[in-house]
Amino acid sequence: MIDPHQTTDGELVLELPTDIRTIEHAVQYVIGRCPSCAEEARRLNLNFRVGLTEALANAMLYGNSRDPSKRVLVEIAFLQECIEARVTDQGDGFDPASVPDPTTPENLSKPCGRGLFLMRKLCDEVKYNAQGNQVTLVLRLESGGLEGGVQA
Amino acid sequence: MGFRVSQNGEVTLVEVEGQLIVGNRRELKQQVLDRLQGGDRKFVVDFASTGYIDSSGLGVLVSLSKKIREQGGELRLSSLNEDLRTLFELTKLDTLFRIADTKEKALEGF
Repeated sequence: MIDPHQTTDGELVLELPTDIRTIEHAVQYVIGRCPSCAEEARRLNLNFRVGLTEALANAMLYGNSRDPSKRVLVEIAFLQECIEARVTDQGDGFDPASVPDPTTPENLSKPCGRGLFLMRKLCDEVKYNAQGNQVTLVLRLESGGLEGGVQA
Repeated sequence: MGFRVSQNGEVTLVEVEGQLIVGNRRELKQQVLDRLQGGDRKFVVDFASTGYIDSSGLGVLVSLSKKIREQGGELRLSSLNEDLRTLFELTKLDTLFRIADTKEKALEGF
């Protein structure tokens, strides 16, 4: 269902349908491909898990507007010093600067608007392309890197 | 992954098993709203068996809390692990909910 494959340069690529039920499995699959993550366990299981989950949810709910005919592309690079996750949807994109701070008193009681905020708080870098339909998350590895690269 | 709902006197206890995420938030919402419509007003959501909550899960708790308050009730939370507490603190939702260390403490004096 999540259709994973590995590119020749070691990137892990998943192509997901716009189906929120696939998110948990996809995120678990990605984290499970990391071969030596004991020292990074908390940052992977909290920071990276939250960041990737929110990116996928945003791509499906807002980017692809829940359209089941659209897909979400996930490209993961396990580098020596960081993990990069690039999530691309097939929507028109949005302006990330337009998303309000969910922690202000007027927004605190609103039921939505925390996904991007959590990505920014928990990942070391969050970058959007110009169109706003692709986000790249970067999680730096404090232990000095992962050994062995990606497990296919 | 699921929800276990039980009655403790006047208090409805909902224990979240696994995760509270975009894929199952509506199930929790419906279970609580059904109880609210049935007359229940005091709710505790316990996270002792919960690994992860995403922003949609946080959002459904905010939404339910508001609906319950509108009916004169209250939603309390309990048993947040370190990671979950971090999420509540980052989003400042720890200021919106009464959060107990255990479900027993949440039920006490409710």
